[in-house]
Amino acid sequence: MDRRELLRRLLAAAGGVFALGASRGPLHEAEPSPAETETPAYGMGVDVDRCIGCGLCASACKAENGVPDEPFYVRTWVERYVIRRDGTVEVSSIVKAAPERPPAEAEGEVLRSFFVPKLCNHCAHPPCVQVCPVGATFTTDDGVVLVDEERCIGCRYCIQACPYGARYLHPVTKTADKCTFCYHRIQRGLLPACVEVCPTQARVFGDLKSAASPLVRLRRTRKTFVLKPSLNTEPKVFYAGLDGAVR
Amino acid sequence: MSRSRRLPDSVARLLVVFAFLAGGAVLVRSFVVPASLKEPGHHRHSTMAREAARPALYAGSETCRDCHDDVASRKASGYHRGLACESCHGPARAHVDDPGSVTPPAPRTRAFCPVCHAYDPARPTGFPQIQPVLHNPRKPCAGCHDPHDPRPPELPRECGACHAAIARTKAVSPHALLPCTTCHDVPREHRSVPRVAKATKPAEKAFCGRCHAERSPVAEAPKVDVESHGGKYVCWDCHYPHLPEAHPWTAESS
Repeated sequence: MDRRELLRRLLAAAGGVFALGASRGPLHEAEPSPAETETPAYGMGVDVDRCIGCGLCASACKAENGVPDEPFYVRTWVERYVIRRDGTVEVSSIVKAAPERPPAEAEGEVLRSFFVPKLCNHCAHPPCVQVCPVGATFTTDDGVVLVDEERCIGCRYCIQACPYGARYLHPVTKTADKCTFCYHRIQRGLLPACVEVCPTQARVFGDLKSAASPLVRLRRTRKTFVLKPSLNTEPKVFYAGLDGAVR
Repeated sequence: MSRSRRLPDSVARLLVVFAFLAGGAVLVRSFVVPASLKEPGHHRHSTMAREAARPALYAGSETCRDCHDDVASRKASGYHRGLACESCHGPARAHVDDPGSVTPPAPRTRAFCPVCHAYDPARPTGFPQIQPVLHNPRKPCAGCHDPHDPRPPELPRECGACHAAIARTKAVSPHALLPCTTCHDVPREHRSVPRVAKATKPAEKAFCGRCHAERSPVAEAPKVDVESHGGKYVCWDCHYPHLPEAHPWTAESS
């Protein structure tokens, strides 16, 4: 084989490979994704003035998503803020529906007191996704942050990184677990379990892109806030009537 | 010429080794790398599919209404209208799938209702609350209150008992001294069946003009030409009647 023949064969082989690749289409074929306007952007709204702190949301979440019954394993919970006259703030968590209330303060020294439901904020810039060393947690097209429990190695980096304390390590699977906006329910057109059972409609759920969604209505009629806006995580859980003391 | 066409033995052996290495790499990759990583896009379809496939245990109030129409309509006119069936009865998908053998529980003891109705100072004003140890101790709640249409045994005396947020807002507004009945006609029954007997709301601009028209006898109210002011819009499109922004001091200076 002389040099000329070698070059000819190489060129022919390269041409063949190229033709083969072209016939199979681009390597990363574009998904047949619906139009930009049809992909929803899910979010939740919380009206703090309506929350009665019953904890039905936390109990329903545990039942729907198989979260262990022990306290501290929670995907959503309700915090009771008690702000005293001297400026001190006391926070207690309600992790399931129970008739026993957290102990009430002496009426005279309490300035104001209210409940704040908490859950994963499904941030547009989620710190938990950034820190995951194996790429097990990710954001879906419709803006829900999910955990791949088959890839999660249980290193707890994401639990440390979440500024909202929304993640926990599932004691059975030993993987990180968090609110999914009840992904299996919203894909079927149902409401998340916590929104479904909320007795006072303190929680609303909807598509941020749809003008008819109750969430957009809440944001139109009320001034809404997000938690820890300075972190620039751009949460998708919006609070109406939020007190400045809430962290 | 013929010698140069044959590959040297050393090169052939090297090629065999490379072929084995390449084949082994392809083999290992096909076993080790999960299928989801080879999918196009950076979204994990397998995870999304697995999450989406999980069973939904809460069926939703719409589903309950398909069969229990009577209860749903009774509930729809009462104070518990916003309460989902499964808030009290628990997840009911199993009952929907097999109504004969699975019955969702009905909480009939005193332990359940105080979950929402026990007194807690952090609960919003106007939300009905009791002290469970003092409120008819040991009697089941359902003995006096129909859980699907609860009525307070004593009717609320003030509007603010239920409309606390509006009462708080109005209390700091220029309208603070106007009783609610100035603008709303409230039937007596509204206090027991609020959704059946509704309070009225003003419907036209002339209503606000009773105080705010230029020729109105109410001297302290700010005056506008009601006919032309705001054009085709009614007053409450721009001004919130429970907190109108025209403060007494701005009205005086103008």
